[in-house]
Amino acid sequence: MQTANKVSQQQLTGATGQQITCLRFSGDISSASKDAIVGTYQSLDKASHKHILLDFKGVEYLNSSGIALVIQVLMEASKSGQTIAICGLTPHFTKVFTMVGITKYATLYPDEAAAVAAL
Amino acid sequence: MTVTSGSKVEVRLPSRLGFEKVAMSTAASMAKLMGFSEDRIEDLKTAIAEACINAMEHGNQMNASIPVSVVLSMNPNELEVKVMDNGSGMETPPPAPDIDRKMTGEEETRGMGMFLIQALVDEAEWVSATGTEEQSFVRLVIRMKQGE
Repeated sequence: MQTANKVSQQQLTGATGQQITCLRFSGDISSASKDAIVGTYQSLDKASHKHILLDFKGVEYLNSSGIALVIQVLMEASKSGQTIAICGLTPHFTKVFTMVGITKYATLYPDEAAAVAAL
Repeated sequence: MTVTSGSKVEVRLPSRLGFEKVAMSTAASMAKLMGFSEDRIEDLKTAIAEACINAMEHGNQMNASIPVSVVLSMNPNELEVKVMDNGSGMETPPPAPDIDRKMTGEEETRGMGMFLIQALVDEAEWVSATGTEEQSFVRLVIRMKQGE
């Protein structure tokens, strides 16, 4: 019943020239997504990936266990001095992420273009 | 299709993660028939998903042979959803998640389901199996608002 989730990685250049590592997720983000979310993040070298954009545009299903994995990434990134931005959430999940307080630790952008322009 | 108050649908799900989507889509279809707005339907879907996952994990201990029953009732101007499991129930919902405590590791990163349920529907009630109820359940209600 759970759709496999996929993640792809792309290097983007921000408006002021800094490198942004974009992790694009698709499918389901749930308790079964630890490897895709946390594992992919942990595979990045912390010194050379200072700005990370998590793109949820392709995500079809997201629940609180999946949101907990995003918080785990925020925790580790905070300790490592990395900045995390988030884009591609539906209006509903923008509201949910705001409700649980994620906006205190990551800026939400409507889409990749808005994120790249601001970062 | 004519929608009449009193219509009721029951869905029985195996306690296997992913099957909560069946309840989500059923609830979404019923809420749409009643004329709820898209954003309220999204709220309801998330609340029902969280309620079903809690019932599977905590109520039925992920035993796939024990079903989670979801009863959806169309009442005048409201949709009521009961999600039932075989657990002993929840006395009081946990406190709202504290993102600062989660970030410092003082609080588990998980444990936001009940908070989301309460935040996304108009009424949420947890009833334990003790007493007159055979099964523990959570009861969720969304009500029609002006303009819907």
